[in-house]
Amino acid sequence: MKKDDPQSLSSSKENIVASIMHHHLFMPILGLMVVLLSNLITKPDFFVISMNHGVLYGNLIDVLNRGSELVILAIGMTLVTAASGGQDISVGAVMAVSAAVCCSLLSGGAASTNVLQMPIIVAAIAGIAASGLCGAFNGLLVSKFKIQPMVATLILFTAGRGIAQLFTKGQNVYVRVDTFKIFGNFIPGIPVPTPIMISIVTVIIMAIILKTTTLGLYVQSVGINSNASRLVGLNATRIKFVTYVICGLLAGLAGFISASRIYSADANNIGLYLEMDAILAVALGGNLLSGGKFSFAGSIIGAFTIQGLTTTLYAMNVSADQLPVYKAVVVVIIVVLQSPVVQKQLKRIQMKRKSVKVLEKGGVSA
Amino acid sequence: MKKFLTFLLLAALTLSLVACGQSAPNDSNSNAAAGGGSEKGLIVVGFSQVGAESDWRTANSQSMKDTFTEANGYKLIFDDAQGKQDNQITAIRNFIQQEVDYIVVAPIGETGWDTVLQEAKDAGIPVIIVDRMINVAKDDLFYCWVGSDFRKEGDIAVEWMNKELAGKDAVKIVHLQGTIGSSAQIGRTEGLEAGAKANSNWEIVAQQTGEFTQAKGQEVMESILKQTTEIDVVYCENDNMAFGAIDAIEAAGMKAGVGGDIVVISFDATNAGLTMTLDQKINYNVECNPLHGPRVAKLIEQIEAGETPEKLAYVEEEAFDAKTITKEIVDARSY
Repeated sequence: MKKDDPQSLSSSKENIVASIMHHHLFMPILGLMVVLLSNLITKPDFFVISMNHGVLYGNLIDVLNRGSELVILAIGMTLVTAASGGQDISVGAVMAVSAAVCCSLLSGGAASTNVLQMPIIVAAIAGIAASGLCGAFNGLLVSKFKIQPMVATLILFTAGRGIAQLFTKGQNVYVRVDTFKIFGNFIPGIPVPTPIMISIVTVIIMAIILKTTTLGLYVQSVGINSNASRLVGLNATRIKFVTYVICGLLAGLAGFISASRIYSADANNIGLYLEMDAILAVALGGNLLSGGKFSFAGSIIGAFTIQGLTTTLYAMNVSADQLPVYKAVVVVIIVVLQSPVVQKQLKRIQMKRKSVKVLEKGGVSA
Repeated sequence: MKKFLTFLLLAALTLSLVACGQSAPNDSNSNAAAGGGSEKGLIVVGFSQVGAESDWRTANSQSMKDTFTEANGYKLIFDDAQGKQDNQITAIRNFIQQEVDYIVVAPIGETGWDTVLQEAKDAGIPVIIVDRMINVAKDDLFYCWVGSDFRKEGDIAVEWMNKELAGKDAVKIVHLQGTIGSSAQIGRTEGLEAGAKANSNWEIVAQQTGEFTQAKGQEVMESILKQTTEIDVVYCENDNMAFGAIDAIEAAGMKAGVGGDIVVISFDATNAGLTMTLDQKINYNVECNPLHGPRVAKLIEQIEAGETPEKLAYVEEEAFDAKTITKEIVDARSY
């Protein structure tokens, strides 16, 4: 994954092109562009954003809006992947736990309410804290007991929705209060959908944490070689644990947004299959699923690629039940293009061209 | 200290998981024990329910529990399968061992019933299927079936549309389907498609599944509205998708329901759905009656009297128009 290799060729133009091509975000961005631009064929006004009754309106806004939860999940998943070389497959179920705790607190245990039984902020924090606890449970199993991440998180993957059902007593809990709806929709007077703002704030906070603390460096180091990190004095166990807690907390936040969108806790469906999309986002972003170096930007681009694909397929009138097939085809193409084998081949072809050029040039000057 | 905390956290989580896991089986065990014990002239009915995944299901279970009481001459053994067919098959085997008089099953899936139903047949216990239909090699593996006629529900909605939209030149319909392949989706879709065929001025401009959930219904409707806003009717195959569709319509700055830009048709008529109908947001809501208890009891009475009931029995379904619905109807709806 080395970029900006010192180029022997003198032409600066080629240099720029090459350095762009070799940038670790080049392939993810290309994937996203291809997905979004393909809309222009069937729908020329895909990129048009207008103001409709005081709020932003358009397909692109839909992608950003609907992709918010995925972005938030993908950030947590990136950290977990980088530190432990495995994925947290329980995030979808953990979203449901957060939504269930939050909504059942707001409704005071009733199946439907028109009056808040407690301040939203308290219920939201309780829901996110519950998810953090789930993350701590996962983290404990992975870091302390050295259980494989996939196996450890399988427990909450299966049990999570059951736990959520316990809170909601097996029903959809509705909170029909306008102030609760704003977190998944719009704040009156502000044209940008709230989920977009929440996801941006989350990304900024995480970026600041990585910039100002040593967390990012430690996570990478532990991910690349856990034992070596331990020998140089890093507490690998604690670092892994922390990433799972963060992942849980972020899943909780995503669950809260999902619940607010439909002003209810639908424990069976909130976050369903989203864990797979989150893992995919990490992979599409060019991150190694075996851990080590990571890029938030890549994962975020990956998340929008997946959501862009969904929105595109809806716009092309593809039936939702056939959606996974088309998604799979596109994902296979993008992932194969990013695979080390293909990358190596591409590089080899490039090198050959270069050497041919060098030879030609050499021939002329001699 | 840290180790101790770690241990404490793990212990607490393990305990809570164990506690969750155990409560349910204990419940059914105590039920089963009670069922096997007292049979003083009571008709023993074993009922295997899917689970408690929706308000509809809860009302369905409640209807059974209310009907098969000792006061009515029955002993009900209720088993909650928690959404797993394996549990249902185990439950049916338990019922056979306990020598119940009737087995009632609300099946989770369509297939995989042949072996266990053959066992019930060999034991001479009549099996009554409720709600969803099953797919077995031989029809005589179950005695009869009670449930909703989803095609008829679709037809009821189409009939109302015929009346309401008569005289319009062109009717553009958006069709939000349920989970593809479910019997409710198949029947309700057939109803609408037959209606669209019979009326040359009807056009289904978009047909997309919302998988019976509010979130998907909202997302799909949002996307459809980006393509065209010339929509007269949105036909949602359940209440949850209708809620999502209405949110999407309102987010696009249009008005749904009575006197609005888009007519909303919905199914199931749950309490939440009827509340929206009363609020004039849903124009017409066709019921999917979960009160199967009395109907099953009637079939059992017939069998007890030596009669052969009809193989397929449908429950009565009503429909509610936003113009005529009253608060009393909504309040009376328990699910």
